[in-house]
Amino acid sequence: MTTANAAQAFINVGERTNVTGSARFRKLIEANDYPAALAVARSQVENGAQVIDINMDEGLLDSEKAMTTFLNLIASEPDIARVPVMIDSSKWSVIEAGLKCVQGKPIVNSISLKEGEEQFLDHAKKVLRYGAAVVVMAFDEVGQADTEDRKFEICHRAYKILTEQVGFPPEDIIFDPNIFAVATGIEEHNGYGIAFIEAVRRIKKVMPLVHISGGVSNLSFAFRGNEPVRAAMHSVFLYYAIAAGMDMGIVNAGQLTPYDAIDPELRELCEDVVLNKRPDATDRLLDAAPRFKGDGSTGAKPKEKDLSWRNQPVQERLTHSLVNGITDFIEEDTEEARQQAAKPLHVIEGPLMAGMNVVGDLFGAGKMFLPQVVKSARVMKQAVAYLQPFLEEEKRASGVDQMPAAGKIVMATVKGDVHDIGKNIVGVVLQCNNYEVIDLGVMVPAAKILEAAKKEKADMIGLSGLITPSLDEMCFVAAEMEREGFDCPLLIGGATTSRVHTAVKISPNYSKGQAIYVLDASRAVGVVSKLLSETDRQDYVAEIQTEYVKVRENHLKNEASKKRIPLSAARENKFNIDWPNYTPPKPTFLGTRKFENYPLAELVPYIDWTPFFQTWELAGRYPAILKDNKVGAEAQKLFNDAQEMLRAMVAGNWVRASGVVGFWPANAIGDDIAVYADDSRSEQIATFHTLRQQIARDPKRDRAHTALSDFIAPQGSGIADYVGGFAVTAGLGEEDAIAKHVKATDDYSRILLKALSDRLAEAFAECMHARVRRELWGYAADEKLSNDDLILEKYRGIRPAPGYPAQPDHTEKGTIWQLMDVENAIGMQLTESYAMWPGAAVAGLYFSHPDSHYFGVGKVERDQVEDYAARKGWTVEETERWLAPVLNYDTRSLREAAA
Amino acid sequence: MLERKPSFAALEAAANERILIIDGAMGTMIQRYKLDEDGYRGVRFKDWHRDVKGNNDLLVLTQPQIIGAIHDEYFAAGADIIETNTFNAQKISLADYGMEDLAYEVNLAAARIARDVADTWNKKTPDKLRFVAGAIGPTNRTASISPDVNNPGFRNVDFDELRDAYKEQMCGLMDGGVDIILIETIFDTLNAKAAGVATLEVFEEKGVELPIMISGTITDRSGRTLSGQTAEAFWYSMRHLRPFSIGLNCALGADLMRPYLAELSGFADTRISAYPNAGLPNAMGEYDETPHDMACAIEPWARDGIVNIVGGCCGSTPEHIAHVREHVSKFAPRKIPSIPPKLRLSGLEPFVHGA
Repeated sequence: MTTANAAQAFINVGERTNVTGSARFRKLIEANDYPAALAVARSQVENGAQVIDINMDEGLLDSEKAMTTFLNLIASEPDIARVPVMIDSSKWSVIEAGLKCVQGKPIVNSISLKEGEEQFLDHAKKVLRYGAAVVVMAFDEVGQADTEDRKFEICHRAYKILTEQVGFPPEDIIFDPNIFAVATGIEEHNGYGIAFIEAVRRIKKVMPLVHISGGVSNLSFAFRGNEPVRAAMHSVFLYYAIAAGMDMGIVNAGQLTPYDAIDPELRELCEDVVLNKRPDATDRLLDAAPRFKGDGSTGAKPKEKDLSWRNQPVQERLTHSLVNGITDFIEEDTEEARQQAAKPLHVIEGPLMAGMNVVGDLFGAGKMFLPQVVKSARVMKQAVAYLQPFLEEEKRASGVDQMPAAGKIVMATVKGDVHDIGKNIVGVVLQCNNYEVIDLGVMVPAAKILEAAKKEKADMIGLSGLITPSLDEMCFVAAEMEREGFDCPLLIGGATTSRVHTAVKISPNYSKGQAIYVLDASRAVGVVSKLLSETDRQDYVAEIQTEYVKVRENHLKNEASKKRIPLSAARENKFNIDWPNYTPPKPTFLGTRKFENYPLAELVPYIDWTPFFQTWELAGRYPAILKDNKVGAEAQKLFNDAQEMLRAMVAGNWVRASGVVGFWPANAIGDDIAVYADDSRSEQIATFHTLRQQIARDPKRDRAHTALSDFIAPQGSGIADYVGGFAVTAGLGEEDAIAKHVKATDDYSRILLKALSDRLAEAFAECMHARVRRELWGYAADEKLSNDDLILEKYRGIRPAPGYPAQPDHTEKGTIWQLMDVENAIGMQLTESYAMWPGAAVAGLYFSHPDSHYFGVGKVERDQVEDYAARKGWTVEETERWLAPVLNYDTRSLREAAA
Repeated sequence: MLERKPSFAALEAAANERILIIDGAMGTMIQRYKLDEDGYRGVRFKDWHRDVKGNNDLLVLTQPQIIGAIHDEYFAAGADIIETNTFNAQKISLADYGMEDLAYEVNLAAARIARDVADTWNKKTPDKLRFVAGAIGPTNRTASISPDVNNPGFRNVDFDELRDAYKEQMCGLMDGGVDIILIETIFDTLNAKAAGVATLEVFEEKGVELPIMISGTITDRSGRTLSGQTAEAFWYSMRHLRPFSIGLNCALGADLMRPYLAELSGFADTRISAYPNAGLPNAMGEYDETPHDMACAIEPWARDGIVNIVGGCCGSTPEHIAHVREHVSKFAPRKIPSIPPKLRLSGLEPFVHGA
């Protein structure tokens, strides 16, 4: 090995975290100033120490405890913990305490034969079991080895015991053949340097896989106070020792002078001493030493930290500190941000949260790992702590003299689940940000969670779980919160939880409050702070609600692309109604009734405005959307314009609303509904065909595979049931109105008018349905529902429209048209693709059974398509064309396969 | 010298010959039985003072026939190695149910159930021996991370507690006749090191040595364990146990596990094991990677020669295992590379002398 290679393979062990070697470090530990002590460790790693030596051997210290504490603290500092440690003590109990704290593979420094073979064997065996490499001192029952022969012999003896009796891997053995002070004035010390170097050479020759280490600073002990001379002696010594095979040293990596950079005169004087070249070497170096003392500096400066990031704007600096877990500048940067902010709170909600979001993004992308995130949270905590007095001052100034905690969160791992590590981390991060966390632990039943939340007056509840069954338990907790009248936010987190599950399964159980999925610990603070912020809360919750609606819709769509079951199986699992114990209500008339030129003013209260905004691609629910942060202003302006035009439309009868409603005796035959001419039910005048759900469901949940025909009493049941139909429009005369009232170039007003006609048509359908329930069919004469309840479909019975999820086949409108002679009655037409004209129109069926409900047929399989074709009297190809959007198969590939 | 059971050599011989198959998820299979609180309690614990539903390990006492049937299904699917139903069966985790005193008994019973099923199969097919691995999970606590924000030096479990709990578990497993010690789902290496010390101490006390399998968990795309170690650093922390195999399981599906497995395969001079989840849980918390998909994701590992033992973790079933076996059986096991002896240390990251 060349010297250059040898030097590269030389392991620098940082020596500054050693209470015996560093007075400063000793004082820090004695004073329990662990943060400063950690900074010492960090700076060593930053200066290139590849391993850090930790020694707590000080008479007045509880060394075991100090070792444990310091190593546990290091484990929380990823930028220090990334390197291995050397657990350094002359006491075995301290070493063993240290070994119990490190997850990596450390080095034990040291064991020896000093107390005999038995103890050596015992310690060596344990070191191996704990998974550490070991430094063995050249020390035996007689004493420390000082000559080349003794050094070699003791090391060789130890080597044989270790490899032959303990099974220690030779490459994990590091010998320390003792570096003693030279040039002390005692003649026999003069050979210590060369004895070490020669012993190294012999050890490496006989035991090539082992390593050699030593405490280099001992060598120059005689020159205390003269750092340049000491550094030169160390460099010279290492130059030769490394060439001989020494490959590890406990050194101050920042303070070594490169061999070639040493003053040639000093270098020669040092070589004479280290290698014991001449009898007067010591005297000569002693004489010359004062000349080289200089300013006391060693010439080589410790590596400068790269502080260029300090020149960036304050936001970048804060982000840098948060991402890198640096606390050194956090207070001054926070202060600068505070001076720029209107209120101290804005520093937290603004720049600090922005920084934490970067942390979250990096974590999400796998570019940071958990201990680093926890570190970031602690930096955040320090910033918040700095702001605390300012926050309090502001509260005092504003007349509120008590500063409440930022918020109180009750957290628990749900019943049936014992995983809590993630929850604990979230707890840590939240506490770092001044939130009070009440952690109920694991396997907590819903009742206990709610009880604690009440007792503590919690601002929110956080649920965690890792295993799949916990998801159901979370739904249960949400339902219990609803039942007990909670309205505080419910946070959901844990490995198997998801935004989709929260939106689709948990959130619907808890309508009084909002369930919110929290992706990971790094996001928790952002979510919680928004939920507790008086200014942001409403917008944030509204945003979540809108988002979850979308998530639910997408989920339904995805659901629709899943596996299907055979039609026969779906029919066996039809929606069951207890017909024998039910008497269907009879409509007040059979046949059809026309409603021409219906008063528009009566329709206005029935308008559902939310879809109106969707037409304009403004997302949000009415009326909240008018106050929305992003689109509120635009929505309000649009709404004002709409109101103005609507008034004109109503007052001037710009459009005409007409409709027709009909009722007939009906009974289900399989998946079809037979419509009869009269109550004798002898003449079938039409058939409504319906489609059945075929989605493969989790067999655990016994949900039916529904078709609309399930809501009508079956033929042969002897029960006289009825079905209704309707077609309404509010678009008659719309083209004339546009021509008359809207300028040709005014696209905005034209679209507005059409959108309002659409709304009026929907309102007309809503209005007629209400009249059907209350008077025309009359099964709900006492019904009193607000418009909101109507929108939420809280009434009895349904009015599904062909072309919509419960009956995706548009051609069924043809049957409605034929039965009620719609075109002649009110002038509404069907195009050949079964679209309605005017466009502002709604047509559908009426079902009265209390259990009838809206549902989506979802995608259907070929067996149902074939069956439906036969019932409709179509070919399969024709059927596939009409049902194309709901086919669960690729018609082309099927046909190719058949060919 | 420690004695070795005959199954040690048989396992080595089998591993030289083919890629071994380890079983799939136990929890997923137990869920199929839809046990309620009473089902978990059985007769013996009907008046237990706490809820025990979810305590899967208890089922070896209250529903042994279910656990035996699941083991049997996995053997029937072609598994060479089945894991005892003891993932959480040490006193630290069992304390959640107030059942810390049952730890030894649960392990003993679990090992015996698995042993019986394996012996039955071994009688049936003596040319293909089946093995029982005593499963040792991570516990529900972590020795490297503080749960207290104001005190990062604090720990809610220490090395000695872990070691003692593991020793008791290990004794139960060995007394019940397991062939292998499997330390798995390691998210904090310090916990696993405590299990390692426990293992070696119990071996010494019993004068018997079993093959040790070690399986860590890379939790996400950072490529780290939960406690922050890279795969290589993790290996250097565990290598002193001279394990029969080292590998990865849980947290990731086969596709995301691949890079870390390939890494381990490059620097570990022992066998490589891998039993990923059946994909990642979907939005509803279900694992929906099909047996075919999972087998197709694992097959390249065998083709590329980076594995010696494969199987499944969360969400996998006997069908998955059967497919995996079918897909890997035509490939030879990975050859154990020879790694030059060097001082290899680790913190969160590896340190190799002269690298």
